[in-house]
Amino acid sequence: MSGAEKIDVLVTDITPLNQLVTRFQFKRRDGGLLPTFSGGAHTVVEMNDGGITRLNPYSLMSDPMDQTAYTISVRRDDQGRGGSLYMHNQVSVGDRMVLSYPVNLFSLDLRARKHLFLAGGIGITPFLAQIKQLERSHGAWELHYAARSAALASYADDLTGRYPNATHVYHDDQKQTIDLEHLLNGQPLGTHIYVCGPKGMIDWVRNTAAAAGWPREAIHYEEFLAPQPGKPFEVKLAVSNKVIQVGEHESLLEAIERAGVDAPYLCRGGACGQCETNVIGYDGKFIHRDHWLEDDEHASGKKIMPCVSRFEGKTLVLDR
Amino acid sequence: MTIQFNDETFRDDYTFHNSDRAIKRFPFPFHEDSYMYAVNMEQHKGGPAGSVYETRFDVDEHYVSEMRDRALVLADDPLRCQSLPHMTLAGWDLLELIMVSKSEDYPDLFELHRDGDKWRWINKPLGIDDTFTFLDETTLPYGPMEYITRQTQGDFCVLDQRDDMLWMDAGMVTTQADWSLDFDIGMNFFEWHAPVPLAHEKGIFVRALKFLLNIQQGAPARRLNWTMTVNPLLDTSPENYHKWGIQKTTLTPENIGAKQHLRVELQTFFRLPRSNAMVFPIRCYLIAFQDLVTVPKWGRRLHRVIRDLPVELATYKGFIDNRPMMLDYLSAFDDGQPTSDGIWPDLDTEPALKA
Repeated sequence: MSGAEKIDVLVTDITPLNQLVTRFQFKRRDGGLLPTFSGGAHTVVEMNDGGITRLNPYSLMSDPMDQTAYTISVRRDDQGRGGSLYMHNQVSVGDRMVLSYPVNLFSLDLRARKHLFLAGGIGITPFLAQIKQLERSHGAWELHYAARSAALASYADDLTGRYPNATHVYHDDQKQTIDLEHLLNGQPLGTHIYVCGPKGMIDWVRNTAAAAGWPREAIHYEEFLAPQPGKPFEVKLAVSNKVIQVGEHESLLEAIERAGVDAPYLCRGGACGQCETNVIGYDGKFIHRDHWLEDDEHASGKKIMPCVSRFEGKTLVLDR
Repeated sequence: MTIQFNDETFRDDYTFHNSDRAIKRFPFPFHEDSYMYAVNMEQHKGGPAGSVYETRFDVDEHYVSEMRDRALVLADDPLRCQSLPHMTLAGWDLLELIMVSKSEDYPDLFELHRDGDKWRWINKPLGIDDTFTFLDETTLPYGPMEYITRQTQGDFCVLDQRDDMLWMDAGMVTTQADWSLDFDIGMNFFEWHAPVPLAHEKGIFVRALKFLLNIQQGAPARRLNWTMTVNPLLDTSPENYHKWGIQKTTLTPENIGAKQHLRVELQTFFRLPRSNAMVFPIRCYLIAFQDLVTVPKWGRRLHRVIRDLPVELATYKGFIDNRPMMLDYLSAFDDGQPTSDGIWPDLDTEPALKA
C-alpha cells in the first residue's frame, strides 16, 4: 500500500471563517486518541467525489499535543479541480472520512535560536501548529503574515490578540508589504526562516535571504501545488502492462491509481519526491510542475512526478 | 508469558547463556546460503508469536543483566550517552514510544499510568516506580532519553532530520559492534557510514537514506545486521578495544564452540512524532556457535556463508584471522544437504545432520 497509514475519522465540526476559508475538525471514529505530530505536518484527506477518489494534503493547524482532534483549514479554489470545492460543498458534520497519519515535510529546525515565520494567505496554517508547539517549549518566534485583506486574513485577529508582540499582519488591499530586507537584516544569529505561501512569495523570500548571505540550511519553505487541469492524454504503464487515459480534471497519479496500479506517494503536491517515476519512452512534451526534480532532470525526458505534472503528445511510456 | 530473567555477566567470567527457548527464537540473519549487503528493509509490524519480531521492543531473558552491564559501562564512560541540546524533545518522544509500547506489549512487566502530563511508570523487572511530569526534565533523574534507555535493551541512535539528511545528534551506545557515539556525534548519515567497505560503491547508502527519510509515523521498519564476537561481550567499543580485541587471539579448536559468538543486530527505525526525528534502535543478540549448530539448518548455512564471504567483509567484521578455525569447526555441521529459504529454524521440516 502506498502513502502513510490511514485513520478513520468523523467530521465533528465545520466552521466557515470568511468568504474563502472553512475550518474542519476530525475525531477518531473509534473514539480513541489521534497520533501526536510535529508542527508543520500535513495529513492527506481522502475524498470520494462522485466516484473519483481525491487525496489532498492539508496542513494540520491544531495543537500537536492535542490528541482528541485534528483541524485543518481549506481555502476554496473555484478554478481548481474540485478537491476544495468538495470539502466546502459536500462535507457535513457527522460524515465519515479517512485521513493519513501526519507527515512532516516542513519541520521546525530545533537548533534555531529564533524561528521567523513568513506566511502568505492560507499558508498561515502550518505556522498555527508550530506556534502552539513553540509556545509550549518557550521557543522564540515571530510571525509576519500577509493576506489580501483584513476580511480574508484567517486567524489574524486571534494571533494578534494572543501574541501582540510576535504577530505582524499585512493587508495587500491597504498596500501593506513586508519590509523583507530590513526584517532579515535585524535578525539575531541562529535565526531560521520559514515561508509558506504562494510560489512568488517563496521565491522572493528565498532569493532575498540568499542575496543577503543567509545559509541555505536556515531557510525552510513549503509549497504544496494543487494538480492543475489540462488536456487529456494517454499513457502506457510498462510494468503493469496497461494503457490508461488521464482525464482533463485528473492528475496522472490519480489515473494510475484508478487503473488499480499501486504507485508510491506522500505529499501529492510535487514536494516530497516519493512518486518519482522513470520515463521509458515518449513522443511529445512534458508539463513539469513539481519542485522536486532538478532543471536538468526536467529537460532530460527521463523522469516525471505524476502527482502534479502532465504530458501533451502522442505517446508516453512509464516504468510503473 | 512470564519471563525468567537470567542472572549472568557479559564480562570477566562471562556467565551469559541462552536457554533452549532463546536459541530457537534467535534472529538468525541469513535467509539464504550466501550474504551480501542489501537494503533489506521490511515493515516492523509484528511477526510470529514468540519471535523477536513480535513486539516493538523485544524483552527477553537477558533484560535485567543487560541493564546491569549498561550501568557499568556508563559508570566507566559517561560519554556513551550523549544528546545535543536540540534533541531533548526527541528524547521525550523516545521515552513515550517505549513506555507506551512496553506497557501495552508486556502488561505483566511494565505499567504506564497517565493523567494529563503526570505520568507514573512502573518497571517491575528493575524495581522502578517513578512519577514525573511529561516534558519536564527536572522531574526525572536523567534526561528522558538516558532515563528510558537505561531500562531498554539495545543501543539507540536518535537522528535529527534536516535538509534531506539524517544527523547522529543523540544516542545511548554501550553494546556496539566497534563504533563510537562520541566519535560519530553530530555526523551525517554518509559520514558515520564512511568506514563500511563495498556498500558505498553499490549505492547502498544513497538508497538506504532515501528509504529512511521517508519512514513515516505509524509505519516503522526493520532489518538485521550481523558480525562476530569472541566471548559474549556486549561492549565491543573502540574505546575498549584494548580489552576485548586481544580476546580474539584466545580461540582454540577446543574452545571455539563455546567462545565464538554470532552477533546479530535487530535494527528498527521509528519516526518520532513530536520532534519529527528518527530513532534507530540497534538490539544485539548473541549466540555461541555450539548453541547455533543445534539447529541443523543454521549450522549448514552459517558454514556456507562464512566460507563464501568476500575477504573485505570478513576483514571489516574483524574475523578474517579466525575464519579458517571457524570453518574447521562449522564444516562438521554441514553435510551438504540443501537448506530451506528464509531465516526460520524449520526444525520440524529440515533434516537432521547426517552422521
